Amino acid sequence: MTSDLRAAVAAGVMASENAHRALLQSTVEVARGIFSAQAATIFLYDDETDELVFEAVSGLGAQALLGNRIPSSTGIAGWVLVTRQPLVLEDVSHDPRWGGQEIAERTGYTPKGLMAVPLINEEDSVGVLQVLDRPQESRFSLAEMELLGLFANQAAIALDLLRKARRARAVLEDSDAQIGALARLAGEVERLEGSKRQAGLDLIRSLEALLTR
Amino acid sequence: MSSAEHLPAWSLPAGSAESLELPTEWPGRVTREWAWGDSTGKGVKVCILDSGIELGHPMVGEIDGAVAVEVGPGDEIRVVEDAEGDLCGHGTACAGIVRSIAPDCSIFSVRVLGAGFTGSGTALLGGLRWAVEQGFHVINMSLSTTKSQFAGMLHEAADAAYFRRTVLVASAHNMPVESYPWRFSSVISVGSHEEPDPLTYYYNPKPPVEFFARGVDVEVAWLAGGSARSTGNSFATPHMTGICALVLGMHPELTPFQLKSTLYLTASNVDTDD
Repeated sequence: MTSDLRAAVAAGVMASENAHRALLQSTVEVARGIFSAQAATIFLYDDETDELVFEAVSGLGAQALLGNRIPSSTGIAGWVLVTRQPLVLEDVSHDPRWGGQEIAERTGYTPKGLMAVPLINEEDSVGVLQVLDRPQESRFSLAEMELLGLFANQAAIALDLLRKARRARAVLEDSDAQIGALARLAGEVERLEGSKRQAGLDLIRSLEALLTR
Repeated sequence: MSSAEHLPAWSLPAGSAESLELPTEWPGRVTREWAWGDSTGKGVKVCILDSGIELGHPMVGEIDGAVAVEVGPGDEIRVVEDAEGDLCGHGTACAGIVRSIAPDCSIFSVRVLGAGFTGSGTALLGGLRWAVEQGFHVINMSLSTTKSQFAGMLHEAADAAYFRRTVLVASAHNMPVESYPWRFSSVISVGSHEEPDPLTYYYNPKPPVEFFARGVDVEVAWLAGGSARSTGNSFATPHMTGICALVLGMHPELTPFQLKSTLYLTASNVDTDD
């Protein structure tokens, strides 16, 4: 791949990674809003470490949770990931170890109930969407389960694209560290606007003229 | 007994139709009274293929045993005694639902979760094969895989179960994805209805989902002797498993085909006189 092409690809990859992250964040915000929930989270499955990662969080404990990891096949999220079955649990009693433990341990906030749905893209289970603590008076219906499933489809596609963008970036960076840096620079310039963008482009053109003279 | 009687009946020679006499005398009309009457599921061995079962949970009571399926680095399967209990709560919930419907059935836990996500399809298949070999009467599978590489092998295992008189009761998916084993016609596939009666179930004339059972707002057993209210096809499935245990407690000789026929004839939208 020529460096020009590589820079162009990297600019696209980095821009899309940010866009997909924003889409995931938007999905958890909307899910939380629609179900009047205290919080909503999306876990991404990391196949290199066999763990679930908090990839997007809205509501209580959001900052404390982002980026945290849990084992892939334990707890509610693990069960949903492995079995591909959505489930709803409310009024969970007695046990601090139940599926909310991963949240409780890190935020001090112990959810009493949740809805969890697998994020399935083609054959792959790529993550889990959870909606935590809806209002006590509401009772969950099958129609709501279907609504959550629709959100899950959207989130699964965004999550899959995010994974692909990250892999593409890793390939670019691994293939040549210096050119990777240049690609990142091109990506940054791509995001600038107005006079800043013009200044960035001028700088790159000057650099190119200098190096190719 | 001649050795020929041990062979499968591949064909039916002339004049031997009486050899096919059925051990069960079917009534003119199959009712719930005939199907399970006052059965408690006694004598029926139920396997919960799930996340394990918490020992001593008051809503589950005694269980007959528990194993865990482990997957080695070369995808080899090991089935070992399970001392972990339940890693999630879900297996305990399913066991509690079966117990609430068929209080005297025997319950055995085969844990296929906990080995990581990477080996989960292999563990599911290995656990199912192991359970079929043990000769359980009913296997509750509130789980599925979307990996097509397992579809063929799961299909073979489901058919093997069917011919060995082991009934597989599997959760249908309520999302538009292909998953297994619930789509196979040799299993009893279950979705949810929203009614509160645990013995209300419907036959669905538009498969692949064949039956709808109670799956919304169900009080279930959860970890540390606790409970939770739950919703999902994975909770509808053990309702059908419990009903299967009741019928097999009354009529232990039924084949999976006959059992499914009985469920059809006694479904709430079919036998409307009950």
